[in-house]
Amino acid sequence: MLSCNIKNITTRFPLLLQVDKSTTKPVDFNPDFIKNVFPKLEYKALLDASRSMGYTELPEEADASMLDNEDFLKKLHHALLELHLEEGALICPETGRKFPVNKGVPNMLLNEDEV
Amino acid sequence: MSSRPEFQAPPEIFYNETEARKYTSSSRIVEIQSKLSERALELLDLPNDGVPRLLLDIGCGSGLSGETLSENGQQWIGLDISDSMLDVALEREVEGDLLLSDMGQGLGFRDGVIDGAISISAVQEFDLFSVFDKQWLCNADKSSHVPRLRLKAFFGSLYRCLARGAKAVFQMYPESVAQRELILGYAMRAGFSGGVVVDYPHSTKARKEYLFLTCGPPSMSLALPKAVVEDGESCSEDENGSDGDNQTVNSRSVMLKNISFCLYYRTHQLYQIRCLGQCISYISLWILNKLLVRISDRQRPSKRQKTTKKGKGKGWILKKKEQMRKKGNAVPNDTKYTGRKRKTHF
Repeated sequence: MLSCNIKNITTRFPLLLQVDKSTTKPVDFNPDFIKNVFPKLEYKALLDASRSMGYTELPEEADASMLDNEDFLKKLHHALLELHLEEGALICPETGRKFPVNKGVPNMLLNEDEV
Repeated sequence: MSSRPEFQAPPEIFYNETEARKYTSSSRIVEIQSKLSERALELLDLPNDGVPRLLLDIGCGSGLSGETLSENGQQWIGLDISDSMLDVALEREVEGDLLLSDMGQGLGFRDGVIDGAISISAVQEFDLFSVFDKQWLCNADKSSHVPRLRLKAFFGSLYRCLARGAKAVFQMYPESVAQRELILGYAMRAGFSGGVVVDYPHSTKARKEYLFLTCGPPSMSLALPKAVVEDGESCSEDENGSDGDNQTVNSRSVMLKNISFCLYYRTHQLYQIRCLGQCISYISLWILNKLLVRISDRQRPSKRQKTTKKGKGKGWILKKKEQMRKKGNAVPNDTKYTGRKRKTHF
């Protein structure tokens, strides 16, 4: 969901992932939340991101009718909430600016001239 | 308040490791923050259907307010500019996702993804002009931090990333009325509607201000949520005069409350108050009064002055008790014994 904030660029989203280290933390499964969040997602971006983290279970296409399928919901839940990027970087697709990620926290601070 | 943190240094420097730890380990602060977060969540008025919503915690710091959000079953993403504070948050294993980012540079979220936003004691940590000179949204330490642009970027990006009908509640400690008006102004310009909810407006200690913003056309703007006042009245200030007849009543009571607040609390400073004519004449008369008394004292022979009033009568006592009641202190009732003349040896 994060997009690049550097001014004067058009392709701000999605940020590409560079994964150096990732972990999985278990989170309680709440199907209502997943259903709620799904329309706000850019599915393809999520797919690419999860693939780059090494999670290939998500199907290629997804639409609202698949939300009733509990299996799909579980996979979504895993990709959204349980996979964590510990170390690595987020990369802006257009400028290539890297936002480093340390201990799971991305550093999105921009330099003075980029605002 | 003893010296505000925003006077000393910008937040990313002030909240270094030791400060961050001090802040989080102080139980008083923890309690205050969690109360403020509860209240902010209440004001946010999320539907109570058990579905967790995605919220934004702006200036989440060490995750004190975020914990309250998690306890209420919400998902949240926290932003803060100080990495030491975020480190403490990581240590405490908060459930929300954390981001190190500067709110004045704009929030980097896609449009319409956030269901609500809270911010506890953080909007003041922002940078602004040295003209106003206080509150962090307000100190141009780095010359390129043109504060108006920061405010604009912040509110603009917030408006974009909030979903339709989502609300944002910011608890803040504005240094002055002017500063609060400035922040409100930028929020309005970004397209928000709403206003300021003040809890316990008469008490200087308990008084808390919440900036309440809704995303949506002003025509469907709901009335501001009721604030808490000790004697059960509601009190709120409207930002736009959207409701015609409500506004005169509201603005008069607001004005009176503003006057009483200013006179109790900051008696030596002239503030920009809504009804300028009435208030300035009142205040300047009061100041003149003080000056006149001093001048006439100087002209008298230099003997030790005794108070000109013959003691403090019953009327004075009753007035004082009324004042204390308004503040919310426990005051014994007024009976026939109040201020009764007693024998001299008493």
